[in-house]
Amino acid sequence: MSISHFSAVVLFSLFTSVVFGITQRAQPKMMAWFGALCFGLFVCGTIAASWVMWLIKH
Amino acid sequence: MGGDALPGRVSPVVALLAGWLIPGAGHVLLGKWVRGLLLMVSILCMFAIGIALQGKIYSPNTGDPLDMLGFAGDLGSGLLYGLARMLDWGHTTVQIAVADYGTKFIVVAGLLNVVAAVDAHSLASGRKPS
Repeated sequence: MSISHFSAVVLFSLFTSVVFGITQRAQPKMMAWFGALCFGLFVCGTIAASWVMWLIKH
Repeated sequence: MGGDALPGRVSPVVALLAGWLIPGAGHVLLGKWVRGLLLMVSILCMFAIGIALQGKIYSPNTGDPLDMLGFAGDLGSGLLYGLARMLDWGHTTVQIAVADYGTKFIVVAGLLNVVAAVDAHSLASGRKPS
């Protein structure tokens, strides 16, 4: 099996966010919000870090 | 989600151990079926993807501190780790570039399983309300 960097980021973020959402909040609605927030931060944070690394290299 | 919390009905230690051995089992024991299944699917998928990417399964007693940390993370997967060792899943060394991703997926699956098991303990003891 081989996956792209972006696929790996999305899968990692998805599964990790589900666990964080369920374990770090008590109400179902807040779980969904927190999970979505974690997912967005994971993906956007990785993309931002990738651009920073690209800028440092160039 | 998944029913009412019933502190006192299931021992917190049993919920912790069940959740550690089988991902999501602690929540299922407490009647939190949806949460338990979501946790189980997430952790199993992370572990399976790690194996499919030819990630490394750490062993104890290698003498390398980083390997020991990796072993501690892998051990968090409970029975999955035992199964991986018994059936010789994964690799002992990282052989291709994406295998490093796989190694991280396996370690993080174990760490997330510990978080989930501790959450089951908190629910059973009543420290987490629902």
